[in-house]
Amino acid sequence: MTEHVVIVGGGVGGSVLANDLADRLAPELEDGDVRVTLLNDSPEHVYKPVWLYVPFGQSEVDDGRRPLADLIDSRIEIRIDRVTDIDTDAKTLGCRDSDRPIEYDHLVLATGVTLAPEVVPGLEEGGHNYYSEAGAEALREELLSFTEGHLVLSVVGSPHMCPVAPLEFTFMADDWLRERGLREDVEITYTYPVGRVHGTPPIAEWARPVLDDRDINVETFFNAESVDPEAKTMTSMEGTELDYDLLVSIPPHRGIDVIEEAGLGEKGWVDVDNHTLEAETAEDVYALGDTADTGAPKSGSVAHYQVSTVGQRLTSRIRGRPPTATYDGKTLCFIETGMDEATFVAFDYENAPSPPPPSEKIHWSKLAYNESYWLTARGLL
Amino acid sequence: MTVIETDIDADATVDARGSSCPGPLMDLIGKIRDLETGDVVVLLSDGEESLTDVPEWAEESGNRVLEIVEGDEHNEIYVEKS
Ligand SMILES: Cc1cc2nc3c(=O)[nH]c(=O)nc-3n(C[C@H](O)[C@H](O)[C@H](O)COP(=O)(O)OP(=O)(O)OC[C@H]3O[C@@H](n4cnc5c(N)ncnc54)[C@H](O)[C@@H]3O)c2cc1C
Repeated sequence: MTEHVVIVGGGVGGSVLANDLADRLAPELEDGDVRVTLLNDSPEHVYKPVWLYVPFGQSEVDDGRRPLADLIDSRIEIRIDRVTDIDTDAKTLGCRDSDRPIEYDHLVLATGVTLAPEVVPGLEEGGHNYYSEAGAEALREELLSFTEGHLVLSVVGSPHMCPVAPLEFTFMADDWLRERGLREDVEITYTYPVGRVHGTPPIAEWARPVLDDRDINVETFFNAESVDPEAKTMTSMEGTELDYDLLVSIPPHRGIDVIEEAGLGEKGWVDVDNHTLEAETAEDVYALGDTADTGAPKSGSVAHYQVSTVGQRLTSRIRGRPPTATYDGKTLCFIETGMDEATFVAFDYENAPSPPPPSEKIHWSKLAYNESYWLTARGLL
Repeated sequence: MTVIETDIDADATVDARGSSCPGPLMDLIGKIRDLETGDVVVLLSDGEESLTDVPEWAEESGNRVLEIVEGDEHNEIYVEKS
């Protein structure tokens, strides 16, 4: 009998895993003992980190898109459809464009994040974001013509993708406006939900003096409750009102509804064992990347590191051996501190981050990583 | 391991044990957005900073910390949405 592995989601986690399994399971794929299907709702793979650079005119959204067929090993079956139903008892998936359910023996969910700006009334109409392709392009138009006024970067969603990206955008906007001689006419405010400028204390301790040095206003304990697009104000759960001319927000996030409907976890985040990445409520189901509720950040590096855990565990199961690989929370994030300097943080479940002084070299490492990502996704690096 | 005991019945749980970045309070706030006034959420956290972060935020936002139960491996913080 041929065992069928189905990966749902062809983003960072799903694509890297598909190529990883093509290698690990090469003999079984060759002999027809195993099939691996990668299911994605679009024929293109999207690499989101590119969006940070789009508002500043430094990248195009197309730089973050490649056909899945060019990235994925030919031993993997690619299927373009959207999963609309998961039955973990019958081990089947329902899809939007097909009447016949897909049967699986092993299921990996890598469906990422869905933006939910509607959670905060007025946010969609009154705010911009760079957390979607359309958002990043619309923000670029706005930012290019923004020469004076109050720019507010507000972190609304918690948790959200790439926890350092709001700081990066703020530092880059400051530097970009300075370079263009506009900074004196633009006031910048950064708002954050908790009592420091980042949820992780060592990152907050590092970033706060940098924000202060650059005359960036800081509002902590600010959780947007509503936005008034006409009056251009936002009000927080804590009772603070803030005027803005240009609002850039990190909108609320959730996972896909199908996951909650299948009883796999709330808000579309799959309840998993933090170390094995196996679903808590169903057999033979794994989750990785943003949709896996592990406590690690929603970041591409996490998805990437989790691939080897899921890849090894799945391969062991298929070969009838006890799986031993575990994920230890390993994360690596570059942090742009301006248009041409960056630092980075590396940490795991046990060890806290400690960013080194920013440098041009680290900035180029980040850009080089983004370029070489296409090789990494293919499993070549 | 200490067995954690309390009389409070929570309507929702946020298990933020091991949550490193951006941390347990961010997870809690995300949850509180979905709840109704009067609902109680319990945060399970093994981060020391939660013991100060959560009461500070609750005070700022007008929500109420009902009880903090400290355990050996993690703490449970009960918060009522106002
Ligand atoms: C502006 C920005 C900057 C970032 N910068 C960085 C960075 O510098 N470094 C870093 O490590 N991370 C960064 N990230 C985060 C990173 O992009 C994500 O964490 C990463 O993409 C997560 O991978 P994933 O596989 O979990 O999800 P995704 O890459 O989002 O992929 C999910 C896939 O699932 C598909 N899908 C969803 N639902 C279904 C369904 N029902 N049926 C079929 N297919 C479905 C989607 O179409 C998508 O292709 C950034 C994110 C943003 C927004």
